[in-house]
Amino acid sequence: MIPLSWYLILGAILFAIGVASFLIKRNIITIFMSIELMLNAVNLTFIAFASHWHQVSGQVFVFFVMVVAAAEAAVGLAIVLSVFRTRETLNVDQVNLLKL
Amino acid sequence: MLHTILFFIFAGICVAGALNFLLQSHPVNSALSLIVVMGSLALLFLLLGAEFVAAVQVIVYAGAVMVLFVFVIMLLNAGEEEHTRGNKVALLLGVPGLVVFFGLICWTLSSARLQFGQVQIGDFYVPTNDLGIALFREFLLPFEVTSILVLIAIMGAVVLARRERQ
Repeated sequence: MIPLSWYLILGAILFAIGVASFLIKRNIITIFMSIELMLNAVNLTFIAFASHWHQVSGQVFVFFVMVVAAAEAAVGLAIVLSVFRTRETLNVDQVNLLKL
Repeated sequence: MLHTILFFIFAGICVAGALNFLLQSHPVNSALSLIVVMGSLALLFLLLGAEFVAAVQVIVYAGAVMVLFVFVIMLLNAGEEEHTRGNKVALLLGVPGLVVFFGLICWTLSSARLQFGQVQIGDFYVPTNDLGIALFREFLLPFEVTSILVLIAIMGAVVLARRERQ
């Protein structure tokens, strides 16, 4: 038996690390992966609260988050591919025009 | 007692994987440590009684999404990332802000700890058919909307990744 807030603090730690790597990393694929890390931290919080309030809807929301994350990964990686095709780089500092 | 031990083992693996994700400079190493984080998060989901979500976490996240990421990293032959000026600006401004943000969350959580109470293994267990009933009755409209979202994402990915004809 452990306090619920430990799970929430673990979620906060993972989210903070995700934000930090989103800011620090310069590789566009790693930035995408840090978004995935943040979404995972939020999923942990959802599951913890679902367990706390004995509600199934928290777990259903996790499914929706997963679907959106998968869709985002597919579209985002397609954008990365087309950016790399025109710029020949993955560094976000050199991708500063909206034009592909 | 068992719950505490298991929680600390998996939470430790989780945080170690996330820190390794942050500190590695090669994208493949980052991707592999993210898979470690996702696997141990699946075990934490099991501790909270969400067995189907844990299975989906392993199959969809650690399986499909991360395989897609590793595939793109290898396809584009991404090497070590170089450090630039934007990197230093992010370090100088972002990290103190992040520490403040994290401290605020921890302070809020610890001041509300007594209202949250405790969780226990086996206290709340969701069989898969309960989850299915909730998904297809209560959340039927959001489910259909997400299916349209996935369809649009597939079409968008195909259109974006297609090679333009000259």
